[in-house]
Amino acid sequence: MKADPAEHGAFFQRDREWQPDAYTPWYKTSVLRSPQKALLSLNNTLSEISGPVFGHNILNELDNDLILNFAKPGEMPIGERIIVHGRVLDEAGRPVPGALLEFWQANAGGRYRHKKETYLAPLDPNFGGCGRTVTDADGRYVFRTIKPGPYPWPNGVNDWRPAHIHFSIFGHGFAQRLITQMYFEGDPLIWKCPIVRTISDEAAIRQLIAPLDMANTIPMDARAYKFDIVLRGRRSTLFENRLEGN
Amino acid sequence: MVQDLGLLKESASQTAGPYVHIGLTPNFSDIRGVYETDLGSGPLYNDGAKGERITITGRVFDGAGMPLRDALLEIWQADADGLYNSPSEHRGKADPNFAGWGRCPTNMDDGTFIFETIKPGKVPFIDGRPMAPHVTFWIVARGINIGLHTRMYFSDEEAANGADPILTRIEHKVRVPTLIGIRNGDIVTFNIHLQGERETIFFDS
Repeated sequence: MKADPAEHGAFFQRDREWQPDAYTPWYKTSVLRSPQKALLSLNNTLSEISGPVFGHNILNELDNDLILNFAKPGEMPIGERIIVHGRVLDEAGRPVPGALLEFWQANAGGRYRHKKETYLAPLDPNFGGCGRTVTDADGRYVFRTIKPGPYPWPNGVNDWRPAHIHFSIFGHGFAQRLITQMYFEGDPLIWKCPIVRTISDEAAIRQLIAPLDMANTIPMDARAYKFDIVLRGRRSTLFENRLEGN
Repeated sequence: MVQDLGLLKESASQTAGPYVHIGLTPNFSDIRGVYETDLGSGPLYNDGAKGERITITGRVFDGAGMPLRDALLEIWQADADGLYNSPSEHRGKADPNFAGWGRCPTNMDDGTFIFETIKPGKVPFIDGRPMAPHVTFWIVARGINIGLHTRMYFSDEEAANGADPILTRIEHKVRVPTLIGIRNGDIVTFNIHLQGERETIFFDS
């Protein structure tokens, strides 16, 4: 069986001015964790073009339902019920089917279920904070959760993270691997956040802010937010660059 | 004015943060009962897999020489015959008993990571020349704004490394050893330095 020819192409060069710099001293932890030497440019080989595939068969029924996947039977976590949905596309606008999305977040009070977490807000006994799903044939995904709360974090003496959901995304090639965060429309903390501000381009920041989507809200139940994710595009090799005799 | 190419922009990366384990290795962070196992944990191979069993271990150091105890690493590699277990692999069918992908959080006490895998075969470069056996690494953590990509080659592959199309093209030869895992029996040690004199070569691929 021959793979889709589109799956053979190298990826578009990553726009490193659009992406955050490694060294962003206003986000203090980056200072000692940022490479200082230039990255070495590497034309994509099969090692970067290929990537693991995760089928829908790894998923359990409640994996994309953070309201129920950790709750005790008959109970639910406290907080604003929301649906998060969108598409995974590549830079050429093609949907990315079969993309594994993993997400994690704080509870409604801004508290993470993690041993290193020290915020005084309480844990919610019915909220774990993790979920996952795989995009369908059109690159679509959906999950249900509780809207996370903002929280203070040790950076400046009074820095607060805007409400956000972390996303980890696998495309079809390992060079598409991406971790990002989704923010919520209207949150005044977004533009004050040192981590958001590791991105210098305002348009790149706006691309991470999910709008309220009343068209997909479930009346009397949950509001919806739409969050599309764009992975690197693949070059379509209209003419193969072939060596003689290859 | 000219026509619009109609291209989208890649979503900007954001740090994985200190609580990356909740999402990617929930069992490791004591969130039980949501997923049966953490994806990518355990050996990359099943019993029937071809190839030499090896253990890759090491730590990730910051610019002050401290190991990161909150990092998460993923590896991606070919099977013993140099084939990737991926739909993009069109040269043949990879070993069904070898996943090629693994994920490991660094130990919260001493910062070590461990992958139980097999030694990969050679994969061709773009022009058809063989690349020396290597394992792709991807590193994320609090303080890392965009995932870092590097490769580990093997110290017991001197001849292949000496002919590798990427290693041979590195201008600062003194930095090449930052990409070589040191093999001692079945153990391959690969330490990653984010900064400093021994800063690992990271790729823009």
